[in-house]
Amino acid sequence: MSFLDVLYFIIPSAIFYAAPLIFVAIGGVFSERSGVINIGLEGLMVMGAFIGILFNLMFIDTFGAMTPWVSLIAAMVVSGLFSVMHAVASISFRADQTISGVAINMLGVAIALFSVKMIYDKGQTDYIQQRFIRFDIPLLSDIPIIGPMLFKDVYGTSILAIGVAVLAWFVIYKTPFGLRLRAVGEHPMAADTMGVNVTKMRYIAVILSGALAGLGGAVYSQSISGEFSHTTINGQGFMALAAMIFGKWHPLGALGAALFFGFAQALSIVGGQIPYVDQVPTYFLHILPYALTILAVAGFIGKAHAPKASGIPYIKGKR
Amino acid sequence: MSNRVVNILVPVISVILGLLVGAIVMLVSGYDPVQGYAALWNGIFGDTYAIGETIRQITPYLLAGLSVAFAFRTGLFNIGVEGQLLVGWFAAAYVGIAFDLPMYIHLPFAIIAAALAGALWAFIPGLLKAKLQVHEVIVTIMMNYIALHTTNALIKVVSDGGDNTGTINATASLKSAFFESITDYSRLHYGIFIALAMVLLMWFLLEKTTTGYELKAVGFNKHASEYAGMNVNKNIILSMVISGAFAGLAGAMEALGTFQYANVKGGFTGIGFDGIAVALLGANTPLGVIFGAVLFGSLKYGALNMPNEAGIPVEIVSIVIAIIIFFVACGYVIRYFLEKANKKKEAK
Repeated sequence: MSFLDVLYFIIPSAIFYAAPLIFVAIGGVFSERSGVINIGLEGLMVMGAFIGILFNLMFIDTFGAMTPWVSLIAAMVVSGLFSVMHAVASISFRADQTISGVAINMLGVAIALFSVKMIYDKGQTDYIQQRFIRFDIPLLSDIPIIGPMLFKDVYGTSILAIGVAVLAWFVIYKTPFGLRLRAVGEHPMAADTMGVNVTKMRYIAVILSGALAGLGGAVYSQSISGEFSHTTINGQGFMALAAMIFGKWHPLGALGAALFFGFAQALSIVGGQIPYVDQVPTYFLHILPYALTILAVAGFIGKAHAPKASGIPYIKGKR
Repeated sequence: MSNRVVNILVPVISVILGLLVGAIVMLVSGYDPVQGYAALWNGIFGDTYAIGETIRQITPYLLAGLSVAFAFRTGLFNIGVEGQLLVGWFAAAYVGIAFDLPMYIHLPFAIIAAALAGALWAFIPGLLKAKLQVHEVIVTIMMNYIALHTTNALIKVVSDGGDNTGTINATASLKSAFFESITDYSRLHYGIFIALAMVLLMWFLLEKTTTGYELKAVGFNKHASEYAGMNVNKNIILSMVISGAFAGLAGAMEALGTFQYANVKGGFTGIGFDGIAVALLGANTPLGVIFGAVLFGSLKYGALNMPNEAGIPVEIVSIVIAIIIFFVACGYVIRYFLEKANKKKEAK
């Protein structure tokens, strides 16, 4: 296999594995930028993955080829609603946000598996008939070298993921909404003084993060696993959390980190077919994203700072 | 109502609300909650075998709960109990199969190896927190996954590519012929005594020693402790190391007691995360951890009987546990309503 062949092979699969991570990491960026730690991303993602599969299986006759896309919307709505629980606990009830997130993770897995066993009477769902399909982008895929690398056999969801990341960057850095979001996460009292509704902003951000995590989960289950069981998500949500931190709480940084983690995952799965890479034990590829994240937060890869007010409930009138 | 009463009422109310929500979930999904909880009860207390297995399940929960609680007392949130438990599990199993020693050396050696492995795994986040102010939650989460992949890789090395280390030597086993005979051959083992001794040790450390005083002081107010001349960094690392040692011991319980081997895992055991629930419910006190571990350990084991006897998926108990954590975390609201109810009473 020549070097170019390797790139043609590995880059599309890296993007394929990165897409779900991108959605969830962007969700994390919204929540943490508003000052609410969301460890519950994993649970929200599990919920999205489950709803995506469930909806796909139930409504395949109604929506036909469009089913996976409609399922995405269903997953977003359900996970968005689920995240309200985290929002109420951490914003209104002043709960410890990390603990509330842990509860969301446990609850997400428990509810999804409980429902699977109730509906299908076994530990996993059936396989879906209608998955996301790959297609070649006309014209662009004819460009030499870049064409086969980036525009051949692409998934619509991958394009959507990159689009969402760019849109998130625009919203957070170029709109009044984004300015308020960041202000609420850095110095809620100052934002409140300037007339920004801290509670409302934080609720919006957490629900957005829930919806995006659900979207990521449904993309994962409908493009990578094809069914839902207790091992479907298995840490993808935490890896997205890692991507968000590695990306320094910036949407485009998170996009880059998620792409890189997707690359590491792709290598660990298809690496055996690539010369030289097959010599590296998959163990190192498995732990790479986590080890890098520790290095990143430790400041070995540039300084990364969490939003100042993240993790602290805002109590009006308290200095 | 005194503060003390409120502090006890919050977890009790949370447990009741959790069970209530569980009942509602069962009702809505078309199951009979009475039958469900009856099956749960029988799963815990049904016969001597069930009771033995329930206590067996409580053993690692005690240690995982202690681990989370101990770190909490120094103001640290150790989400990494799961990973520390896995490395402890592997270390104990490895010592169990690799050495041939008389029992009075072999068993303590295996147990200490597990504690050291867990302590080492927790030392890294402790060090990063102390020296570089890196948030321990993020590092411990990442360390969990590194532990999972590392132990899986090591088990493959030890077993020449297999996925099980093989049974440990009898000299390193916590198996108890006596417990087996009185509990109808359940897997209940002597580890429960180690777990209870550790509860006592935590109480002694925190309440009766200078070190414990310093650890708690750092948890209450880092800056005040520093001005009082305490070494904050040292205490942060020490707290994580002790917490990790407890978690490693929880792994030893599984390796030397329940399973007698270590095997490749597709995912986490869940004990570490349930340890958070145990510590939280027990308000991070040694005595509270006992109550929390007994409650959650029983629920978790008893739930296994629910599919057979009532046709209800075991996950219902995970839902109940998650709801309980949620309500304890939202203690502020429960306190608020308790105070309001109290004031009304006083006004009359």
